[in-house]
Amino acid sequence: MADSTPVMEGLDQSLAVKRPRLEAIYEWITTVDHKKIGLMYIAYALIFLVVGGFEALLMRIQLAVPNNHFVSPQVFNRLFTMHGTTMVFFMGMPMLFGFANYLVPLMIGARDMAFPRLNAFSFWISAFGGLLLYFSYFGGSGLYGAGSAPDVGWFAYAPLTANVFSPGHSTDYWTLAVFLSGIGSIGTALNIVTTIICMRCKGMKMSRLPLLIWLYLVMSSMVFIAVGPLTAAQIMLTLDRYVGSHFFDTQAGGSAVLWMHYFWIFGHPEVYILVLPAFAFVNEIVPVFSRKAIFGYPAMVAASIAIGFISLSVWAHHMFTVGLGPAGNTFFVFATMVISVPTGIKIFNWLATIWGGDVHFAVPMMFCIGFLFQFLIAGLTGIMLSVAPFDWQLSASYFVVAHFHYVLVGAIVFALFGAFYYWYPKVTGRMMSEILGKWHFWLFLIGFHLTFDFMHVPGLLGMPRRIYTYEAGRGWEMWNLIVSVGAIFQVAGIACFVFNLVRSYFRGEIADHDPWDAWTLEWATSSPPPSYNFAIDPTVHSRRPLWDLKHPEDPDSDYE
Amino acid sequence: MMNTVSTIAIDVQAEPPWVLPSRGTVGMICLIVAEAAIFIIFFVSYVFYIGKSLTGPYPAQVLELPIFSTVCLLSSSFTVHFAVVALRRNSLRNCAIGLASTVLLGFLFLLSTAREWYHLIHDDGLTIRTNLFGSTFYSLVGLHATHVLIGLVMLCMALGISLAGRMKEAHSERLEVLSLYWHFVDGIWVAVFLVVYVIGR
Amino acid sequence: MRRPNPMTKPFKQIGFISALLSRRATWWMFLFADTVRAQSPTNIFDPAGTPAHSIFSLSMLVFSVTATIFLIVGALLLYALLRFRHRSEDPSREPAQIYGSNQIELAWTVIPILIVVMLFLTTTRVILTTESIPKPANALDVTVIGHQFWWEYRYPGFGVVTANELHVPISDSANPRPTYLKMSSADVTHSFWVPRLAGKMDLIPNRINTMWIDPQVPGLYLGQCAQYCGTQHAKMLLRVYAQSPADFTAWIKQQQKPANQDFTGNPAAAEGQTVFLHSACINCHTVAGTSATGRFGPDLTHLASRDTLASGSIQNTPENLKKWIDDPSSMKPGALMPPMHLNDHDLSAITAYLTTLH
Repeated sequence: MADSTPVMEGLDQSLAVKRPRLEAIYEWITTVDHKKIGLMYIAYALIFLVVGGFEALLMRIQLAVPNNHFVSPQVFNRLFTMHGTTMVFFMGMPMLFGFANYLVPLMIGARDMAFPRLNAFSFWISAFGGLLLYFSYFGGSGLYGAGSAPDVGWFAYAPLTANVFSPGHSTDYWTLAVFLSGIGSIGTALNIVTTIICMRCKGMKMSRLPLLIWLYLVMSSMVFIAVGPLTAAQIMLTLDRYVGSHFFDTQAGGSAVLWMHYFWIFGHPEVYILVLPAFAFVNEIVPVFSRKAIFGYPAMVAASIAIGFISLSVWAHHMFTVGLGPAGNTFFVFATMVISVPTGIKIFNWLATIWGGDVHFAVPMMFCIGFLFQFLIAGLTGIMLSVAPFDWQLSASYFVVAHFHYVLVGAIVFALFGAFYYWYPKVTGRMMSEILGKWHFWLFLIGFHLTFDFMHVPGLLGMPRRIYTYEAGRGWEMWNLIVSVGAIFQVAGIACFVFNLVRSYFRGEIADHDPWDAWTLEWATSSPPPSYNFAIDPTVHSRRPLWDLKHPEDPDSDYE
Repeated sequence: MMNTVSTIAIDVQAEPPWVLPSRGTVGMICLIVAEAAIFIIFFVSYVFYIGKSLTGPYPAQVLELPIFSTVCLLSSSFTVHFAVVALRRNSLRNCAIGLASTVLLGFLFLLSTAREWYHLIHDDGLTIRTNLFGSTFYSLVGLHATHVLIGLVMLCMALGISLAGRMKEAHSERLEVLSLYWHFVDGIWVAVFLVVYVIGR
Repeated sequence: MRRPNPMTKPFKQIGFISALLSRRATWWMFLFADTVRAQSPTNIFDPAGTPAHSIFSLSMLVFSVTATIFLIVGALLLYALLRFRHRSEDPSREPAQIYGSNQIELAWTVIPILIVVMLFLTTTRVILTTESIPKPANALDVTVIGHQFWWEYRYPGFGVVTANELHVPISDSANPRPTYLKMSSADVTHSFWVPRLAGKMDLIPNRINTMWIDPQVPGLYLGQCAQYCGTQHAKMLLRVYAQSPADFTAWIKQQQKPANQDFTGNPAAAEGQTVFLHSACINCHTVAGTSATGRFGPDLTHLASRDTLASGSIQNTPENLKKWIDDPSSMKPGALMPPMHLNDHDLSAITAYLTTLH
C-alpha cells in the first residue's frame, strides 16, 4: 500500500550535507523556515516542561506531610507562581505554536508560513520573555537584595500586585515576561490564520481542510481576542506600579474585581486555546489508528467553532465567589454548561470514529486513548464546577487544581505525547522506540492517576490551594502523600520520554515518508521534508488526498 | 527520478480558478482585531470608572470637544485613501501628495493632543495619578496617540519611498494594507471622541 | 462496499445499562461520601448549616448525573476499543469508511442539551435560595474584615470588636437565627471558607460582600482563608464557635466589658500594663478602656478569652504568647507583626498582663 503512493521526493538529494558547527548554529539563529522555528519552539518548551515539572516536584515534597519545613513559605509561594506561569506561557503556548509552525504549511501544501520573518520574531520575543521570567530569581529585588521570582500567583490578583503589597521588582518581571509572550503569541497566531486562509494548495477548499488546521484556525482567532485583555490589564498594572495610576488601587476607588474580569476574559479562552490543539492532534491520530475517516467532519468543525465562541462568554465562572449576585452567577452557570454540548459532541464523534474501525494500539494511539478517558473525566468535573453553589465550596480548593490539571496534563500533555510519537518520524526520519514509548506511557499514566485522581479528595475535604503547609488532623495527610508519590512516577515517565527522544534521533529505526499509512499531505513528502516542503505544488480533491491516491477505486472525493 | 504525478487525472478546464485572499490584508485584519481587543479593555476601564473618582478634577470641568484634532484625523483618512487610489491608477505624484497630506494632518493631530495635555496638566492639575479619571483618560488617549505615532512613522517611510520615486503601481496593495491600519486608528478616535468627550462628560 | 450503519443497535442497550449504572453510581457515591465524612472537620459532605446542606444535595444530584455519563461513555469507549481492536488479518483491507450521520449527531446534541437544561434549573434554584432570600429581622449582624493574615470581627449591634474567633448563636429550626456576615478587606483579597457551614465568599477591598451562616448544632467549625493573600495565606485559619443562645449572650456580655484592670495579687501584670502602654504595641493594637487604640493589628481587649493566637495557628498559652511577642516570624514566618525587641523582663511583664485580659 505504501509503495503505491507516489511521493514528492526532493528534487535535490542534498539533505545529508554536513556543515561546520558554527555555521549550523548561525543558520538556526537566523532561520525563517517554519520547520526550524517550529522545532526551536518545541525544544524551548521541553526545557521549560522540565523546569516547571521540577518546581511542581518541590511543591509536592513540601506538601507530602503536614507542617513540613522542606521549603519556606516565601519559596513555596514563588514556586507555585513560577510553575503556573511557566507551564502556561513558556511550555504550553510555545509547544503548541511549535507544532503549528511545523505542521500547518505541510498539511495545506504550502511552502512556508505567510510571514516568515514575523514568525522568527515571534519566537525570539517569546523566548526572551521566558528568560526574563527566570532572570527574576537574580534581579527580582533590584539586585541590591537577594533577588527573587514573582510570588503573586500566575493570575496575579490585584491589589496583591500593587507596589505596597509586592515591593521590589518581582511582580514586574512577571508582567513583562507574560507581556512579551503575549506579543509573540499574537504574531504567531496572525501568521497561522493568514497562512491557512491565503496559502492553501489548489483544491483545498475550507471544507477540505484537515481538522488540525480548522482547530488551529479557531485557536489562533481566539488568541487575537483573548490576549488583548491581558496585555491591556498588564499595561494598566505597570502604570499603577510605576506612574501611580489607580486602575486597581482600591484606596483610590479602584476595583480589584476589574483585574479579575480582565484576567479571566483572557484566562478562560486561554485554556481553550491550549486544549484546541490537543483536539487537533487527536483528530489526526485517532482516525489513522482506527483505519477510519473521522466521523462527522462538519459537526466537528461546527463544534470547534462553537467552543471558540462560547469560551469567550464564560469567564466569570472563575469568579463565582466574588459576589456577582444571582443574575451574574446564573448567566455564567448557563454559558459554562452550554459549552459542554459541543465538547460532548466531539467526544462522541471520536467514539464513533473508533467504532467499527480496526484499532491499532501503537504508542501515539495509546496516548490518545488516555486523552479520551481523561478528557471525559475532566469535562465532567468541569460540569460539576459550573454548578455555582458547588463552586462556592470548591473554588480555590484542590478540587479545582485537580480538575484543571486533569485537562492540562491528562488531556493536553497526553495528546502532546501522542503527537510527538506520531510526527517524530516525519521530523527526523526515524521512528521512536515503541518499547521505551510503552514504558513512558504506563509510568506516566500511573503517576498521573495517582496524583490527580486522588487530588480531588483533599479539595472535597476543605483544603484550599496555594498553601505552603497544612495542619494535621484535617484528614488531608494520606491523600497528599499519595499525590506526592504519583509525582515521582511522572518524573520517571518523562525521563523515559526524553531519553527516547534523544536516543531515537541517533539509533531509531529509519522511517520512510509515510510510516503510519496516513492520509494527509505531510505524509506525501520525504522524512524529514526538504526545506521547500513539496517539489511540486499539490492539488487535492478531498479531505484525505493520500487515501484517494491509495484507493483510486473508492476515493473520498466520491463521498464528500 | 520518481514519478511525480501527485493527483488523479482530472479535467482541468472544469475547475474554477484557484484564488485566495491577499496575505497583507488578512494579516492586517488579524492585527486590527487584536489591537481592538486591547483598546476595548481601556474603554471598559474608562466607562467603568465614570463618576467614581474620589477627588476632582472631573471630566465636565476640564474637557473640551477636540474639534480641530478630530477634523484633522478624519480628513487624514480621506487623504490616505486618495493616495491609495492614486497609486492604483499609477498617478505617482498624486500618491505623494496624498501621503504628505496624511502625514501633515496626523502630525497636527498629535500636536493638538499635546497642547490639550499640556493645558490639562499645567492649568487644571490633572495627571495620570490624580484620580481615576486621570488614570483612565491619559491611558486611553495615550494608547491611541501611540498608535497614531506608529502609523505616522510608517506613513513617513511610505512618503519617503514615494518621494524617492521608488513607489510603483504594483505596491498599491501594500499601501492599501497600511491605509487599513490608519483607518483603524481613525475609527478608534471616533470611539474615543464619543465615549470620552461626548458621553463621559 | 459500505456496510449499514452499525450505530443504531446499541441505543436500546444503552437505555438499560444506564439505568443500572446510575443506581450503582449513586450507591458508590454515598458510600464514598460516608467513608470520608468522619475523617475531616472541614468536609463539604458533612454539612452543618442550611447553605452547606443545599449545596450537598445539589452536589449529590450533579455527581449522579456526571458519574452516569462517565460510566456510559466510558463503557462504550472501552467496548469499542476491545471489540474493534486489530486482529492479525489481511492488513490491506480497510474497514468500512463511515463519514457521519445526521440523525446521530442530532441525538447526541439534543440529549446533552436536555441534561444541561435540567442541571441549570436546579442550580438556579439553589442560587436563589441562598443569595436571594430576604434577611430575617432577628438575624445577627457581624462585620468581617480581612487583613493580612488575620480576621477582624465586629458586632455592630453590640459594640463588640474581636479577632480570629467568630462566635455565633446556633440557629435551630424552632428558632431560626442566621448570622449575616458583611465582608470586606483592609488590604488584599481574602476568602472566608468554613466548608461545613456554607460555600465561600471573597473579602475584597473597596467592596462589600454578604453571606449568611446558620449552624444548627453547637460546636467548633473550622476553615481557612481560601484566596491567596500573601506569605502567610496558609495560616490564616478560621474558627467559628456556634453556641447556644445562653452561652452566646454570656460571651457577648463578657466581650462588651472594657479590658481587665484588676491586677490584685499580680504585680507582674500591673507592671506589664504600664510597659505595654508605653511601648509601640499601642500603635497597632486596641485595648478597650486604655490609651491603646491602634487598628492595624487585632483587638487585644479580651485576648485571654481566645483559644488560639495568630489566627488559629498557635495555641494560646503564656509560653506561646511570649514567643510570639518576641519574634512572630519565628512561629509564622512572614506575619506582619515585627519582632518587638523587648528585653526579657519587659517581655515577661507584658505577657503576664496580656494573659489577664479575659
